Parts: sequence; structure tokens; C-alpha cells
Amino acid sequence: MHNASKHLLFILAPLVVVFALLPGVYQNHLLLFNFVIFLILAQGVNIIYGFTGYLPFGYVGFFGAGAYGFAIMVMHLQTPAPLAVLVGGVVALALGLLLTPLLRLSGAYFAIANLAASLAVLHFVANPALEGITKGPYGVSLTGTFNPTHAYYAAVVVMALTVGAVIYLKNSPFGLALQAVREDAVSASMAGVNIIKMRVIAWLASALVAGLAGGIYAWYVSVFYPDNVFSGEFSIFAIVFALFGGVATITGPIVGVLILYGIYNLIGFTTPQYFQLIYGLLIMGLVLFLPAGLVSLATRRGWHVP
Amino acid sequence: MSPEQNSILKVSKLVKRFGGFHALDGLSFHVVPGEILGLVGPNGSGKTTAINVISGLYAPDGGEVVFDGASSGGVASHKLVHRGINRTFQVPKPFLSLTVRENIQVALAYGGATGAPPSIAELLEEYRLKEVADRPAADLNSAQQKMLDLTRALATRPRLLLLDELAAGLNPAELDWIAGRIKALAATGMAIIVVEHLMGFIEQITDRVIVLNAGKEIFEGTLATAVREPQVIEVFLGGEHAH
Repeated sequence: MHNASKHLLFILAPLVVVFALLPGVYQNHLLLFNFVIFLILAQGVNIIYGFTGYLPFGYVGFFGAGAYGFAIMVMHLQTPAPLAVLVGGVVALALGLLLTPLLRLSGAYFAIANLAASLAVLHFVANPALEGITKGPYGVSLTGTFNPTHAYYAAVVVMALTVGAVIYLKNSPFGLALQAVREDAVSASMAGVNIIKMRVIAWLASALVAGLAGGIYAWYVSVFYPDNVFSGEFSIFAIVFALFGGVATITGPIVGVLILYGIYNLIGFTTPQYFQLIYGLLIMGLVLFLPAGLVSLATRRGWHVP
Repeated sequence: MSPEQNSILKVSKLVKRFGGFHALDGLSFHVVPGEILGLVGPNGSGKTTAINVISGLYAPDGGEVVFDGASSGGVASHKLVHRGINRTFQVPKPFLSLTVRENIQVALAYGGATGAPPSIAELLEEYRLKEVADRPAADLNSAQQKMLDLTRALATRPRLLLLDELAAGLNPAELDWIAGRIKALAATGMAIIVVEHLMGFIEQITDRVIVLNAGKEIFEGTLATAVREPQVIEVFLGGEHAH
């Protein structure tokens, strides 16, 4: 069987089936929803960081832009929720296009500039002068579209598409070329790769999935403030989950989210007082002993990890 | 038809400045299909800069580069690759985390090779990379990385190949072997420009050399005649040896 079909059958299909069926047997739907959202965001980070090497420290900017794209469509144009989610994706895409000059930077400079950009978008949206459009800092309430069940399944669909996109990257010359650009841009151009085009495509793809996730998040929670959907925690968590599992793989970010976000919630429920201590130690351990993520435990032994 | 009219690459009065420094200061030469041309000269004479301009890494500040009848100065590297120019790097630049095979696959998929693309198995075999084909490029030794750099270039089926110090660091047996390979490539009609410090190697493979000094050509002809030219001796060994 072709590798891509194997990945679709043995990674994507079980993941979708499990998350489609879990709400029937597990009552904490918000927790399941958050898992799906972080699976999307961690894979979005994987697309841009794992395959091109740009660390998007302000990744939440796209998420928040998607949430507000959704909110504005629903508040002002009474758009049906699924369509408003798509608009959220488009808004994030437009923001991604606006930020393409950042791709001239690299390493820490890109990460810092991206973080600054997400803060700028936050303060733009939260500006009281824009109260007529975004409700400024006072937050939005979208009771008209409130439907957590539909929003949850929409999130599962976007997760499936995002993981599908990563499977494509992992199995196509396109994904190989992106990694080549990450490894050495000059050499990649001498392999005939249009490096600027490749970087922009990966950047916009990761912006799009975060925007769709943001739109769905707005649909699910229906009441939120700018500080909620532009919270730096989304960027940090998505990055940490992706890195913990191992980027430039399909399974790494999935494993990262399931384990780390699982532990996060477990500690949160049982011993919240130790939460930050344990979590901090865990991340320090990761950085010190497994900088290439959990999958490196296998790749070090020469095993191939999809 | 004179060789100049037949040329696949013609460089005229090329200028490249870095701040106030003229790395290339009116360089002119040409190369014809099937020819191996050596670019020699002391360090800093502009050899690598010339290669970088011809391969699109730098845009020229003056003069022109004509490849296959069309101006190619300042055109993006990947477009020049599609037109038929490729190169190796003085310090090889493989995609370290990808396997050797994947390194070549990128060039095969994106190199826009005209006609049938070369077979990956043959390339691996011919350049002694078969044993390490599925290892990450980071595991290769420096000679193997040079060969990988070369196969990456060859996978795009170049008609003009620029070799920047490919021979440096190879042992004598490897040198003989790679000299044979380069000659075989030229025999297929590929034009090859070789930048090299090893004069024995240059003598073995080139049909003609251009001697550069301070960004300009000061001699054109065979290496055997070049070493009798007072101006060339002066540049390489200092003034007192020229007389």
C-alpha cells in the first residue's frame, strides 16, 4: 500500500473516529473540544515550524483574527455559522498575507516580530474606538449561533483536513521541498525550488487552519473577550505540544497534544496547586533531554516515525 | 563558426561591488558546450563571486551574462536552474536532515530537467552514494557531501555546470576518479566551469583556463602557456619571480 494511504488509514481515520464518537461516552464536551482545537493548532504550528523552520510565536494572532472574523459576520450580517467560520479562515489568510514580509526575518527575530504582530492585532481589535465593529474590549456575545454540538463536529472536520494536509506534506515532493528550504535555502533554490513561493504557501496554510479553528472556537464558546481569543497561551501551548511530540512528523504533534494536554488537565483536576510546578518541570525536562521531541526516542534507534 | 558565436555562456564586462570593493571589475569570458574551462587566480580574485553571479545568487552591478542566447544576469537562481545552469558549493550544502535519496528527489522533482530525468539509482551508483542512500545527509563525510552536492546539481540535467572547488579535500585516488567523471560529463556536451586551486587537477581536466586577478581576466589559454606568462607569475608568486 502507498505510504499516504497507510497514513490516512492508520492515523487520520482512527483519530477522526475516536473524536467523533467520544462525545457519546464522555460527558466533558468542552474538554474534548479543546483537545480538537489544540490538535488543529499543533498541526498548524507543525506546518509552518516543522516544515519551514519559522517559529510562529504569535500564532494566536490568526486564531483571534478567525474568531473575530466569525463574530463580525454573525453580529453584523447574521451570517450562518459554517459560512462565518470560512470567513474567519479568510480573515486569517488575509492577515497572513499582510504579514508575509516577516518571512524575510529568521530565527528569533521572526518569532519576536510575529509575537509583536499578534499583540498589534489584539490591540487593534480591542480598541474602544472600534466598538461599533468589534465591540472593542467589551467582548462579544453571539447567542444566535450558539450550538456547541455542531461547532464540535466542525472542529473535527477541520482537524481531519489539517492532519490530511500534514499527511500530504509528509508524502509529497512539495513537503520534501519545504524541508529542503528549511535546511538550506540557497541549496534549495539550486535544486530548482522557488523558495519564496514555498514559504508563503506554508505560512498561509498554517494561518488558514488557525483562522478556521478560531472561527469554530467563537462558534463554540459564543461569549468571549479579545484577551481570551488572543491569549498567548494558545501560541505557547500549540508550540509546546508540537515540539514535545516532535515536528515534521504526522504523529508527533498528535502524541504531544494527547499526552501533554492530558497531563495538563489531569493535574488541573487532581492537584491544581502543583500544576505550574509539575508542568514547568516537565517542559524543562523536555528541552534538556528531548529537544527533538518524543519521536526522537524512536528515530534515534533508526526507526522510521510517520 | 568561431567558438565565441557557438558559446553557451558569454560574460561581458561583468561588475560586482560589495560596498567600495570591486569583487568583479569588468570580467569577460565565454564557454562552449562540451568544454571544461578552468577559472584560476589567487584568493579574492573573484572566482567564486563570478560563479555566484552566473548562478543567480548575486545580481550583477554592471555588464551582462548571456546564457543560451538570453540575458541571465539578475534572474532568480531557481529559474536559471530550470533554464539549465547548476553548480556545486565550495562548502557543500546538502539538506542535512533529509536522506541522501530525498536530497536528490527534491532536485528531480523541482529541477525542471528537460527530457527524461536521470535515474536516481544510476546517480547514486555513479557517485558512490548507494551504500548511504537512506541515511541522513548529516551522516556523510565531507567527500560524500561533495558528491551529494554534485548529484543534486546533475539531477536537474544542467547544460552548464559550475564546480566550485569540488576537488579540494579529496585524496589522490578520488581526484583521478572525479576527473574522469567530469571529463565524461563534458563529453556528453555539458559545458563545465571549474574553480580550483589544485593546478595538477586543473591541468588534467581543463581545455582552457582564464586567470583572474582583482576581478578581471589577465590571461586566457592553456594552463601550460599560462605558467610561462610573466603577468600570471607575478600575480601568483610576486613580482620578483616574473623576470
